Amino acid sequence: MIRLGVPSKGRLMDKTFQWFGARGVTLAKSGSERDYAGTVGGIDGIELILLSASEIPRELEAGRLHLGVTGSDLVREKVAGWDRTLRVMAGLGFGGADLIVAVPRAWVDVDSLDDLDAAAAAFRARHGYRLRIATKYHRLVRDFLREHGVADYQLVDSQGATEGVVKNETAEAIADITSTGETLRANGLKVLDGALIHASQATLFRSKAATWTDADRAVLADLEGRLGL
Amino acid sequence: MTVDLAEIAEGRRLRALFAARGADIVRADILQPADRLLDLYGEDIRARAYVTGDPLRGEMMLRPDFTVPVVMAHLASGAASGRYAYAGKVFRKQETDPDRPVEYEQAGYEVIGGGDPVAADAEVFVAIKEGLGDLPVAATIGDLGILTAAVRGLRTSEARKAALMRHVWRPGRFRALLDRFAGRVAPDPARQRLLAMDDPLEEAGPFIGLRGRNEIEERIARLRAEAAEPPLPQGDIAAIDAILALRETAPNVLSALRDIAMDLSEIGGAVDRLARRLDALSARGVDVAALAMEGGFGRSMLEYYDGFVFGFSGVTRPDLPPVATGGRYDALVSVLGRDVPAVGGMIRPARCLALRAGGRA
Repeated sequence: MIRLGVPSKGRLMDKTFQWFGARGVTLAKSGSERDYAGTVGGIDGIELILLSASEIPRELEAGRLHLGVTGSDLVREKVAGWDRTLRVMAGLGFGGADLIVAVPRAWVDVDSLDDLDAAAAAFRARHGYRLRIATKYHRLVRDFLREHGVADYQLVDSQGATEGVVKNETAEAIADITSTGETLRANGLKVLDGALIHASQATLFRSKAATWTDADRAVLADLEGRLGL
Repeated sequence: MTVDLAEIAEGRRLRALFAARGADIVRADILQPADRLLDLYGEDIRARAYVTGDPLRGEMMLRPDFTVPVVMAHLASGAASGRYAYAGKVFRKQETDPDRPVEYEQAGYEVIGGGDPVAADAEVFVAIKEGLGDLPVAATIGDLGILTAAVRGLRTSEARKAALMRHVWRPGRFRALLDRFAGRVAPDPARQRLLAMDDPLEEAGPFIGLRGRNEIEERIARLRAEAAEPPLPQGDIAAIDAILALRETAPNVLSALRDIAMDLSEIGGAVDRLARRLDALSARGVDVAALAMEGGFGRSMLEYYDGFVFGFSGVTRPDLPPVATGGRYDALVSVLGRDVPAVGGMIRPARCLALRAGGRA
Protein backbone atom coordinates (compact mmCIF):
# COMPACT_ATOMS: atom_id res chain seq x y z
CA MET A 1 0.00 0.00 0.00
CA ILE A 2 1.40 3.47 -0.93
CA ARG A 3 0.83 6.08 1.74
CA LEU A 4 0.07 9.51 0.25
CA GLY A 5 0.18 12.49 2.63
CA VAL A 6 -1.93 15.56 1.82
CA PRO A 7 -2.49 18.76 3.85
CA SER A 8 -5.46 18.23 6.12
CA LYS A 9 -7.28 21.51 5.70
CA GLY A 10 -7.81 24.79 3.92
CA ARG A 11 -7.07 25.89 0.40
CA LEU A 12 -4.00 23.70 0.13
CA MET A 13 -6.15 20.58 0.73
CA ASP A 14 -8.96 21.71 -1.59
CA LYS A 15 -6.54 22.60 -4.39
CA THR A 16 -4.67 19.32 -4.00
CA PHE A 17 -7.94 17.37 -4.22
CA GLN A 18 -8.82 19.36 -7.36
CA TRP A 19 -5.42 18.75 -8.94
CA PHE A 20 -5.65 14.99 -8.46
CA GLY A 21 -9.36 15.00 -9.36
CA ALA A 22 -8.66 16.69 -12.70
CA ARG A 23 -6.34 13.74 -13.45
CA GLY A 24 -8.84 11.04 -12.58
CA VAL A 25 -7.69 10.33 -9.03
CA THR A 26 -10.42 11.19 -6.53
CA LEU A 27 -9.21 12.21 -3.08
CA ALA A 28 -11.75 12.91 -0.33
CA LYS A 29 -12.05 13.24 3.39
CA SER A 30 -14.01 10.35 4.82
CA GLY A 31 -16.72 10.91 7.38
CA SER A 32 -16.93 14.13 9.34
CA GLU A 33 -15.04 17.40 8.87
CA ARG A 34 -12.90 16.68 11.92
CA ASP A 35 -11.85 13.23 10.76
CA TYR A 36 -8.32 13.02 9.33
CA ALA A 37 -8.92 9.80 7.42
CA GLY A 38 -9.43 9.93 3.66
CA THR A 39 -10.44 7.87 0.68
CA VAL A 40 -8.87 7.40 -2.74
CA GLY A 41 -10.97 6.64 -5.82
CA GLY A 42 -10.03 5.81 -9.38
CA ILE A 43 -6.90 3.84 -8.46
CA ASP A 44 -6.16 0.96 -6.10
CA GLY A 45 -3.24 0.55 -3.74
CA ILE A 46 -3.04 4.10 -2.35
CA GLU A 47 -3.94 5.13 1.16
CA LEU A 48 -4.70 8.81 1.84
CA ILE A 49 -3.22 10.30 5.02
CA LEU A 50 -4.36 13.80 5.98
CA LEU A 51 -1.98 15.76 8.18
CA SER A 52 -0.55 19.22 8.72
CA ALA A 53 1.48 20.50 5.76
CA SER A 54 4.34 21.29 8.14
CA GLU A 55 4.54 17.65 9.30
CA ILE A 56 4.61 16.14 5.81
CA PRO A 57 8.33 16.86 5.16
CA ARG A 58 9.38 15.03 8.32
CA GLU A 59 7.10 12.05 7.56
CA LEU A 60 8.52 11.79 4.04
CA GLU A 61 12.08 12.01 5.36
CA ALA A 62 11.37 9.22 7.86
CA GLY A 63 9.84 7.10 5.12
CA ARG A 64 6.46 6.85 6.87
CA LEU A 65 4.90 8.42 3.78
CA HIS A 66 5.72 7.21 0.26
CA LEU A 67 4.32 10.32 -1.38
CA GLY A 68 3.35 13.70 -0.02
CA VAL A 69 2.09 17.11 -1.08
CA THR A 70 3.51 20.11 0.75
CA GLY A 71 5.21 23.45 0.16
CA SER A 72 8.68 23.23 -1.38
CA ASP A 73 9.76 25.87 1.18
CA LEU A 74 8.82 23.60 4.09
CA VAL A 75 10.78 20.68 2.67
CA ARG A 76 13.91 22.79 2.16
CA GLU A 77 13.67 24.28 5.63
CA LYS A 78 12.88 21.13 7.57
CA VAL A 79 14.86 18.43 5.79
CA ALA A 80 18.66 18.84 5.82
CA GLY A 81 20.04 17.77 2.45
CA TRP A 82 16.43 17.23 1.32
CA ASP A 83 17.34 16.07 -2.19
CA ARG A 84 19.19 13.06 -0.76
CA THR A 85 15.98 11.59 0.63
CA LEU A 86 13.20 13.20 -1.43
CA ARG A 87 12.46 13.50 -5.14
CA VAL A 88 10.23 16.11 -6.74
CA MET A 89 7.55 14.38 -8.83
CA ALA A 90 5.61 17.48 -9.85
CA GLY A 91 5.11 21.12 -9.02
CA LEU A 92 1.36 21.51 -8.67
CA GLY A 93 1.16 25.13 -9.80
CA PHE A 94 -0.63 26.54 -6.76
CA GLY A 95 0.18 27.58 -3.21
CA GLY A 96 2.80 29.90 -4.69
CA ALA A 97 4.65 32.15 -2.28
CA ASP A 98 8.06 33.76 -2.21
CA LEU A 99 10.46 33.65 0.70
CA ILE A 100 12.02 37.11 0.69
CA VAL A 101 13.95 39.54 2.86
CA ALA A 102 12.06 42.74 3.74
CA VAL A 103 13.18 45.92 5.50
CA PRO A 104 11.34 49.11 6.56
CA ARG A 105 10.25 51.23 3.59
CA ALA A 106 11.87 54.17 5.38
CA TRP A 107 15.27 52.61 4.72
CA VAL A 108 15.61 54.49 1.44
CA ASP A 109 19.33 53.69 1.47
CA VAL A 110 18.77 49.92 1.49
CA ASP A 111 17.58 48.26 -1.73
CA SER A 112 19.92 45.31 -2.18
CA LEU A 113 21.76 42.65 -0.17
CA ASP A 114 24.87 44.75 -0.61
CA ASP A 115 23.09 47.61 1.17
CA LEU A 116 21.75 45.27 3.85
CA ASP A 117 25.28 44.08 4.60
CA ALA A 118 26.60 47.64 4.87
CA ALA A 119 23.65 48.72 7.03
CA ALA A 120 24.19 45.69 9.29
CA ALA A 121 27.86 46.62 9.80
CA ALA A 122 26.94 50.20 10.77
CA PHE A 123 24.08 48.99 12.95
CA ARG A 124 26.34 46.63 14.89
CA ALA A 125 28.97 49.34 15.38
CA ARG A 126 26.37 51.73 16.76
CA HIS A 127 24.09 49.44 18.77
CA GLY A 128 26.64 46.88 19.95
CA TYR A 129 24.74 43.87 18.65
CA ARG A 130 24.05 42.30 15.31
CA LEU A 131 21.13 43.49 13.17
CA ARG A 132 18.20 41.17 13.88
CA ILE A 133 16.29 39.43 11.11
CA ALA A 134 13.11 37.69 12.26
CA THR A 135 12.13 34.48 10.50
CA LYS A 136 10.93 30.95 10.92
CA TYR A 137 13.02 29.77 7.94
CA HIS A 138 16.37 29.69 9.73
CA ARG A 139 18.20 27.24 7.52
CA LEU A 140 17.08 28.72 4.21
CA VAL A 141 17.77 32.30 5.26
CA ARG A 142 21.17 31.55 6.81
CA ASP A 143 22.36 29.56 3.79
CA PHE A 144 21.18 32.31 1.47
CA LEU A 145 22.84 35.14 3.39
CA ARG A 146 26.08 33.18 3.76
CA GLU A 147 26.14 32.47 0.04
CA HIS A 148 25.70 36.19 -0.63
CA GLY A 149 28.34 37.24 1.90
CA VAL A 150 26.06 39.17 4.25
CA ALA A 151 27.59 39.47 7.74
CA ASP A 152 26.86 41.12 11.08
CA TYR A 153 23.26 39.95 11.28
CA GLN A 154 21.54 37.51 13.61
CA LEU A 155 18.40 35.50 13.12
CA VAL A 156 15.67 35.73 15.72
CA ASP A 157 12.87 33.23 15.75
CA SER A 158 9.39 34.33 14.78
CA GLN A 159 6.71 31.71 14.30
CA GLY A 160 3.86 34.05 13.41
CA ALA A 161 2.86 37.67 12.69
CA THR A 162 6.44 38.21 11.53
CA GLU A 163 5.51 41.38 9.63
CA GLY A 164 4.84 43.11 12.95
CA VAL A 165 8.20 42.57 14.62
CA VAL A 166 9.88 45.68 13.21
CA LYS A 167 7.15 47.95 14.56
CA ASN A 168 7.44 46.15 17.88
CA GLU A 169 11.22 46.66 17.78
CA THR A 170 12.05 43.02 18.36
CA ALA A 171 13.85 42.85 14.98
CA GLU A 172 15.11 45.29 12.35
CA ALA A 173 14.23 43.24 9.26
CA ILE A 174 12.33 40.07 8.38
CA ALA A 175 12.62 37.06 6.09
CA ASP A 176 9.19 35.64 5.41
CA ILE A 177 6.80 34.15 2.88
CA THR A 178 4.72 36.57 0.87
CA SER A 179 2.35 36.02 -2.02
CA THR A 180 1.11 39.50 -2.89
CA GLY A 181 3.22 41.73 -0.66
CA GLU A 182 0.04 43.37 0.69
CA THR A 183 0.74 42.55 4.35
CA LEU A 184 4.31 43.77 4.00
CA ARG A 185 3.16 47.11 2.61
CA ALA A 186 0.54 47.48 5.31
CA ASN A 187 3.31 47.04 7.89
CA GLY A 188 5.61 49.63 6.35
CA LEU A 189 8.00 47.09 4.82
CA LYS A 190 9.50 46.62 1.36
CA VAL A 191 11.12 43.64 -0.36
CA LEU A 192 14.86 43.84 -1.07
CA ASP A 193 16.02 43.46 -4.68
CA GLY A 194 17.87 40.22 -5.36
CA ALA A 195 16.65 38.70 -2.10
CA LEU A 196 14.26 36.06 -3.41
CA ILE A 197 15.43 33.16 -1.25
CA HIS A 198 13.02 30.60 -2.62
CA ALA A 199 9.95 30.63 -4.87
CA SER A 200 7.73 28.08 -3.21
CA GLN A 201 4.77 26.14 -4.55
CA ALA A 202 2.77 23.09 -3.52
CA THR A 203 4.80 20.11 -4.72
CA LEU A 204 4.30 16.35 -4.92
CA PHE A 205 7.32 14.61 -3.40
CA ARG A 206 8.38 10.97 -3.43
CA SER A 207 10.30 9.55 -0.48
CA LYS A 208 13.41 7.50 -1.17
CA ALA A 209 13.49 6.50 2.49
CA ALA A 210 10.14 4.66 2.36
CA THR A 211 10.00 0.92 1.69
CA TRP A 212 8.90 0.36 -1.89
CA THR A 213 7.69 -3.19 -2.60
CA ASP A 214 7.28 -4.43 -6.17
CA ALA A 215 3.53 -3.98 -5.77
CA ASP A 216 4.07 -0.38 -4.59
CA ARG A 217 6.27 0.34 -7.60
CA ALA A 218 3.57 -0.99 -9.93
CA VAL A 219 1.00 1.30 -8.26
CA LEU A 220 3.41 4.22 -8.55
CA ALA A 221 3.90 3.58 -12.27
CA ASP A 222 0.09 3.43 -12.70
CA LEU A 223 -0.29 6.69 -10.73
CA GLU A 224 2.42 8.45 -12.71
CA GLY A 225 0.64 7.43 -15.91
CA ARG A 226 -2.65 8.90 -14.72
CA LEU A 227 -1.01 12.09 -13.48
CA GLY A 228 0.83 12.46 -16.78
CA LEU A 229 4.26 12.49 -15.10
CA MET B 1 28.68 7.23 17.28
CA THR B 2 31.05 4.83 18.98
CA VAL B 3 33.77 6.04 21.29
CA ASP B 4 37.01 5.45 19.48
CA LEU B 5 39.67 4.70 22.07
CA ALA B 6 42.47 4.91 19.53
CA GLU B 7 41.33 8.43 18.58
CA ILE B 8 41.32 9.50 22.24
CA ALA B 9 44.73 7.91 22.84
CA GLU B 10 46.18 9.72 19.84
CA GLY B 11 44.79 13.03 21.17
CA ARG B 12 46.37 12.37 24.58
CA ARG B 13 49.68 11.46 22.96
CA LEU B 14 49.70 14.76 21.07
CA ARG B 15 48.77 16.73 24.18
CA ALA B 16 51.63 15.13 26.10
CA LEU B 17 53.98 16.01 23.25
CA PHE B 18 52.84 19.65 23.38
CA ALA B 19 53.07 19.70 27.18
CA ALA B 20 56.67 18.50 26.88
CA ARG B 21 57.37 21.78 25.07
CA GLY B 22 56.51 23.59 28.27
CA ALA B 23 52.79 24.10 27.68
CA ASP B 24 50.23 24.07 30.48
CA ILE B 25 47.43 21.59 29.95
CA VAL B 26 44.08 23.39 29.69
CA ARG B 27 40.74 21.75 30.29
CA ALA B 28 37.61 23.40 28.98
CA ASP B 29 33.97 22.83 29.81
CA ILE B 30 32.03 21.03 27.14
CA LEU B 31 29.14 23.44 27.69
CA GLN B 32 30.28 26.93 26.72
CA PRO B 33 28.26 30.16 27.00
CA ALA B 34 26.71 30.65 23.55
CA ASP B 35 26.52 34.44 23.49
CA ARG B 36 30.27 35.03 23.31
CA LEU B 37 30.73 32.51 20.49
CA LEU B 38 27.73 33.84 18.59
CA ASP B 39 28.97 37.39 18.91
CA LEU B 40 32.41 36.36 17.62
CA TYR B 41 31.41 34.08 14.79
CA GLY B 42 27.89 35.17 13.91
CA GLU B 43 25.13 33.03 12.50
CA ASP B 44 27.55 30.65 10.78
CA ILE B 45 28.50 29.15 14.13
CA ARG B 46 24.83 28.67 15.04
CA ALA B 47 24.47 26.57 11.91
CA ARG B 48 27.55 24.53 12.83
CA ALA B 49 27.33 24.22 16.62
CA TYR B 50 24.85 22.54 18.92
CA VAL B 51 23.00 25.18 20.90
CA THR B 52 21.02 24.23 23.95
CA GLY B 53 19.29 26.06 26.80
CA ASP B 54 19.94 26.19 30.50
CA PRO B 55 17.32 27.71 32.84
CA LEU B 56 19.91 29.72 34.79
CA ARG B 57 22.78 30.19 32.35
CA GLY B 58 20.78 30.87 29.21
CA GLU B 59 21.91 29.63 25.81
CA MET B 60 24.84 27.21 25.95
CA MET B 61 26.83 25.66 23.14
CA LEU B 62 28.53 22.29 22.95
CA ARG B 63 32.23 23.29 22.63
CA PRO B 64 32.72 23.97 18.88
CA ASP B 65 36.42 24.74 19.33
CA PHE B 66 39.08 25.14 22.02
CA THR B 67 40.54 28.45 20.95
CA VAL B 68 38.02 30.66 22.73
CA PRO B 69 38.03 28.73 26.05
CA VAL B 70 41.86 28.64 26.00
CA VAL B 71 42.05 32.40 25.40
CA MET B 72 39.49 33.03 28.16
CA ALA B 73 41.50 30.86 30.56
CA HIS B 74 44.66 32.78 29.67
CA LEU B 75 42.98 36.17 30.16
CA ALA B 76 41.49 35.05 33.48
CA SER B 77 44.92 33.91 34.72
CA GLY B 78 46.30 37.43 34.36
CA ALA B 79 49.56 35.99 33.01
CA ALA B 80 51.43 38.10 30.47
CA SER B 81 52.13 35.12 28.26
CA GLY B 82 51.54 31.41 28.18
CA ARG B 83 51.79 28.18 26.24
CA TYR B 84 48.81 25.85 26.31
CA ALA B 85 48.06 22.29 25.26
CA TYR B 86 44.66 20.62 25.08
CA ALA B 87 42.94 17.53 23.81
CA GLY B 88 39.27 16.70 23.79
CA LYS B 89 36.05 16.46 21.86
CA VAL B 90 34.58 19.24 19.79
CA PHE B 91 31.09 19.12 18.34
CA ARG B 92 29.97 20.30 14.92
CA LYS B 93 26.68 19.76 13.12
CA GLN B 94 27.01 18.37 9.60
CA GLU B 95 24.23 19.63 7.37
CA THR B 96 25.41 18.33 4.04
CA ASP B 97 27.50 15.20 4.49
CA PRO B 98 26.00 12.58 6.85
CA ASP B 99 29.27 10.61 6.75
CA ARG B 100 31.24 13.35 8.45
CA PRO B 101 31.52 12.95 12.24
CA VAL B 102 29.64 15.39 14.46
CA GLU B 103 31.95 14.88 17.43
CA TYR B 104 35.65 14.31 17.16
CA GLU B 105 38.90 14.75 19.06
CA GLN B 106 41.08 17.79 18.61
CA ALA B 107 44.52 18.26 20.08
CA GLY B 108 46.15 21.66 19.98
CA TYR B 109 48.95 23.95 20.99
CA GLU B 110 48.54 27.69 21.54
CA VAL B 111 51.09 30.41 22.28
CA ILE B 112 49.59 33.59 23.72
CA GLY B 113 51.57 36.74 24.43
CA GLY B 114 55.33 36.86 24.31
CA GLY B 115 57.60 39.39 22.67
CA ASP B 116 58.41 37.70 19.37
CA PRO B 117 55.35 36.79 17.28
CA VAL B 118 57.44 35.55 14.36
CA ALA B 119 59.25 33.06 16.62
CA ALA B 120 55.88 32.01 18.08
CA ASP B 121 54.53 31.38 14.55
CA ALA B 122 57.47 29.10 13.81
CA GLU B 123 57.23 27.42 17.21
CA VAL B 124 53.56 26.48 16.70
CA PHE B 125 54.12 25.29 13.14
CA VAL B 126 56.99 23.08 14.26
CA ALA B 127 55.02 21.71 17.22
CA ILE B 128 52.20 20.64 14.91
CA LYS B 129 54.63 19.26 12.35
CA GLU B 130 56.34 17.24 15.04
CA GLY B 131 52.98 15.96 16.26
CA LEU B 132 52.25 14.64 12.77
CA GLY B 133 55.60 12.82 12.80
CA ASP B 134 56.27 10.73 9.73
CA LEU B 135 52.69 10.79 8.42
CA PRO B 136 52.61 11.39 4.65
CA VAL B 137 51.50 15.02 4.85
CA ALA B 138 52.39 18.22 3.04
CA ALA B 139 52.07 21.71 4.48
CA THR B 140 50.75 24.86 2.84
CA ILE B 141 51.24 28.24 4.48
CA GLY B 142 49.71 31.65 3.92
CA ASP B 143 49.71 35.08 5.51
CA LEU B 144 46.51 37.08 5.76
CA GLY B 145 48.59 39.93 7.20
CA ILE B 146 49.93 40.61 3.70
CA LEU B 147 46.46 40.84 2.19
CA THR B 148 45.22 43.12 4.97
CA ALA B 149 48.33 45.30 4.68
CA ALA B 150 47.65 45.56 0.93
CA VAL B 151 44.06 46.64 1.61
CA ARG B 152 45.27 49.25 4.10
CA GLY B 153 47.72 50.49 1.49
CA LEU B 154 45.13 51.05 -1.26
CA ARG B 155 44.95 54.61 -2.55
CA THR B 156 41.35 55.11 -1.53
CA SER B 157 39.14 56.27 1.35
CA GLU B 158 39.16 54.80 4.84
CA ALA B 159 35.48 53.85 4.37
CA ARG B 160 36.31 51.69 1.35
CA LYS B 161 39.25 50.10 3.13
CA ALA B 162 37.07 49.31 6.14
CA ALA B 163 34.44 47.70 3.88
CA LEU B 164 37.10 45.52 2.23
CA MET B 165 38.71 44.60 5.56
CA ARG B 166 35.36 43.35 6.85
CA HIS B 167 35.12 40.93 3.94
CA VAL B 168 38.68 39.63 3.71
CA TRP B 169 37.23 36.27 4.82
CA ARG B 170 34.38 36.28 2.27
CA PRO B 171 36.09 36.05 -1.12
CA GLY B 172 32.87 36.53 -3.13
CA ARG B 173 31.82 39.73 -1.46
CA PHE B 174 35.41 41.01 -1.31
CA ARG B 175 35.58 40.64 -5.09
CA ALA B 176 32.19 42.33 -5.57
CA LEU B 177 33.36 45.29 -3.48
CA LEU B 178 36.61 45.59 -5.46
CA ASP B 179 34.64 45.56 -8.72
CA ARG B 180 32.32 48.26 -7.44
CA PHE B 181 35.14 50.46 -6.12
CA ALA B 182 36.97 50.03 -9.43
CA GLY B 183 33.94 51.36 -11.29
CA ARG B 184 33.46 48.05 -13.12
CA VAL B 185 29.80 47.94 -12.10
CA ALA B 186 27.44 50.51 -13.63
CA PRO B 187 25.83 52.62 -10.88
CA ASP B 188 22.19 51.88 -10.19
CA PRO B 189 19.98 54.65 -11.70
CA ALA B 190 17.51 54.52 -8.81
CA ARG B 191 20.36 54.97 -6.36
CA GLN B 192 21.73 57.90 -8.35
CA ARG B 193 18.30 59.55 -8.33
CA LEU B 194 18.05 59.09 -4.58
CA LEU B 195 21.46 60.60 -3.91
CA ALA B 196 20.67 63.55 -6.17
CA MET B 197 17.54 64.47 -4.19
CA ASP B 198 17.66 67.49 -1.85
CA ASP B 199 15.88 65.46 0.79
CA PRO B 200 16.16 61.74 0.10
CA LEU B 201 13.97 61.04 3.13
CA GLU B 202 11.14 63.20 1.85
CA GLU B 203 8.96 60.25 0.88
CA ALA B 204 10.43 57.72 3.26
CA GLY B 205 7.15 57.21 5.08
CA PRO B 206 6.89 56.27 8.73
CA PHE B 207 10.14 55.46 10.55
CA ILE B 208 9.69 52.13 12.27
CA GLY B 209 12.17 49.94 14.10
CA LEU B 210 15.40 50.67 15.94
CA ARG B 211 17.47 51.78 12.95
CA GLY B 212 16.76 55.47 13.27
CA ARG B 213 16.41 58.35 10.85
CA ASN B 214 19.87 59.62 11.81
CA GLU B 215 21.41 56.27 10.87
CA ILE B 216 19.75 56.39 7.46
CA GLU B 217 20.95 59.97 6.96
CA GLU B 218 24.48 59.00 7.92
CA ARG B 219 24.53 56.18 5.41
CA ILE B 220 23.21 58.45 2.66
CA ALA B 221 26.05 60.87 3.45
CA ARG B 222 28.49 57.96 3.14
CA LEU B 223 26.90 56.83 -0.14
CA ARG B 224 27.20 60.39 -1.52
CA ALA B 225 30.86 60.53 -0.51
CA GLU B 226 31.40 57.11 -2.06
CA ALA B 227 29.71 58.14 -5.33
CA ALA B 228 31.97 61.20 -5.53
CA GLU B 229 35.13 59.15 -5.03
CA PRO B 230 37.34 58.35 -8.01
CA PRO B 231 37.60 54.70 -8.97
CA LEU B 232 40.23 52.57 -7.27
CA PRO B 233 43.43 52.78 -9.36
CA GLN B 234 43.88 49.84 -11.73
CA GLY B 235 47.38 49.21 -10.40
CA ASP B 236 46.11 48.77 -6.84
CA ILE B 237 43.60 46.14 -7.93
CA ALA B 238 46.28 44.41 -9.96
CA ALA B 239 48.46 44.23 -6.82
CA ILE B 240 45.65 42.62 -4.80
CA ASP B 241 44.95 40.19 -7.65
CA ALA B 242 48.65 39.34 -7.88
CA ILE B 243 48.84 38.61 -4.13
CA LEU B 244 45.75 36.39 -4.24
CA ALA B 245 47.04 34.49 -7.28
CA LEU B 246 50.38 33.52 -5.68
CA ARG B 247 50.85 29.74 -5.45
CA GLU B 248 54.47 28.73 -5.29
CA THR B 249 57.16 27.61 -2.92
CA ALA B 250 57.55 29.98 0.00
CA PRO B 251 60.86 31.52 -1.18
CA ASN B 252 59.39 32.20 -4.64
CA VAL B 253 56.27 33.74 -3.09
CA LEU B 254 58.51 35.91 -0.93
CA SER B 255 60.46 37.21 -3.91
CA ALA B 256 57.22 37.84 -5.86
CA LEU B 257 55.89 39.78 -2.88
CA ARG B 258 59.07 41.87 -2.78
CA ASP B 259 58.35 42.83 -6.39
CA ILE B 260 54.75 43.73 -5.56
CA ALA B 261 55.99 45.79 -2.60
CA MET B 262 57.92 48.01 -5.04
CA ASP B 263 54.55 49.38 -6.19
CA LEU B 264 52.63 48.89 -2.95
CA SER B 265 55.14 49.86 -0.30
CA GLU B 266 52.60 49.47 2.53
CA ILE B 267 52.98 45.69 2.43
CA GLY B 268 56.72 46.04 3.05
CA GLY B 269 56.43 45.49 6.80
CA ALA B 270 54.30 42.38 6.37
CA VAL B 271 56.66 41.01 3.72
CA ASP B 272 59.63 41.56 6.04
CA ARG B 273 57.74 39.66 8.72
CA LEU B 274 57.19 36.80 6.29
CA ALA B 275 60.93 36.76 5.52
CA ARG B 276 61.79 36.61 9.21
CA ARG B 277 59.19 33.88 9.74
CA LEU B 278 60.70 31.77 6.96
CA ASP B 279 64.12 32.26 8.57
CA ALA B 280 62.69 31.22 11.94
CA LEU B 281 61.13 28.12 10.37
CA SER B 282 64.38 27.27 8.64
CA ALA B 283 66.31 27.71 11.90
CA ARG B 284 63.96 25.11 13.42
CA GLY B 285 64.72 22.60 10.73
CA VAL B 286 61.82 23.18 8.33
CA ASP B 287 62.71 22.71 4.66
CA VAL B 288 61.41 26.13 3.65
CA ALA B 289 62.54 25.77 0.03
CA ALA B 290 60.01 22.97 -0.44
CA LEU B 291 57.21 24.60 1.56
CA ALA B 292 54.12 25.53 -0.47
CA MET B 293 52.62 28.98 0.02
CA GLU B 294 49.39 30.54 -1.31
CA GLY B 295 48.49 34.22 -1.28
CA GLY B 296 44.84 33.58 -0.48
CA PHE B 297 45.31 30.64 1.90
CA GLY B 298 43.08 30.66 4.97
CA ARG B 299 40.43 33.07 3.68
CA SER B 300 37.62 30.55 3.77
CA MET B 301 38.37 29.20 7.26
CA LEU B 302 36.34 30.53 10.18
CA GLU B 303 36.69 34.27 10.39
CA TYR B 304 39.46 34.80 12.90
CA TYR B 305 42.89 34.10 11.47
CA ASP B 306 44.49 37.42 10.59
CA GLY B 307 48.19 36.69 10.03
CA PHE B 308 50.25 33.55 9.50
CA VAL B 309 48.07 30.54 8.54
CA PHE B 310 48.91 26.94 7.73
CA GLY B 311 47.38 23.59 6.94
CA PHE B 312 48.68 20.03 6.63
CA SER B 313 46.99 17.64 4.18
CA GLY B 314 47.57 13.98 3.47
CA VAL B 315 49.57 13.54 0.26
CA THR B 316 48.24 10.01 -0.26
CA ARG B 317 44.65 11.07 0.52
CA PRO B 318 43.94 14.39 -1.20
CA ASP B 319 40.22 13.58 -0.76
CA LEU B 320 40.47 14.02 3.03
CA PRO B 321 40.13 17.49 4.56
CA PRO B 322 43.27 18.89 6.24
CA VAL B 323 44.74 16.81 9.07
CA ALA B 324 45.90 19.91 10.92
CA THR B 325 45.36 23.66 10.63
CA GLY B 326 46.42 26.72 12.53
CA GLY B 327 47.23 30.38 12.45
CA ARG B 328 47.54 33.71 14.15
CA TYR B 329 44.45 35.31 15.69
CA ASP B 330 45.54 38.54 17.38
CA ALA B 331 42.27 40.32 16.55
CA LEU B 332 40.17 37.62 18.21
CA VAL B 333 42.07 38.01 21.48
CA SER B 334 41.66 41.75 21.34
CA VAL B 335 37.88 41.36 20.85
CA LEU B 336 37.86 39.06 23.90
CA GLY B 337 39.52 41.64 26.08
CA ARG B 338 43.22 42.33 25.67
CA ASP B 339 45.66 43.28 22.92
CA VAL B 340 47.93 40.26 23.09
CA PRO B 341 49.36 38.40 20.10
CA ALA B 342 48.29 34.77 19.83
CA VAL B 343 48.93 31.85 17.49
CA GLY B 344 47.86 28.24 17.66
CA GLY B 345 47.33 25.06 15.74
CA MET B 346 45.30 21.89 16.09
CA ILE B 347 45.45 18.33 14.86
CA ARG B 348 42.52 16.01 14.13
CA PRO B 349 43.61 12.65 15.63
CA ALA B 350 41.00 10.63 13.72
CA ARG B 351 42.38 11.89 10.43
CA CYS B 352 45.91 11.00 11.52
CA LEU B 353 44.75 7.47 12.24
CA ALA B 354 42.92 7.29 8.92
CA LEU B 355 45.99 8.48 7.09
CA ARG B 356 48.11 5.92 8.87
CA ALA B 357 45.60 3.16 8.02
CA GLY B 358 44.74 4.50 4.57
CA GLY B 359 41.04 4.55 5.55
CA ARG B 360 38.42 7.20 5.93
CA ALA B 361 37.75 9.51 8.91
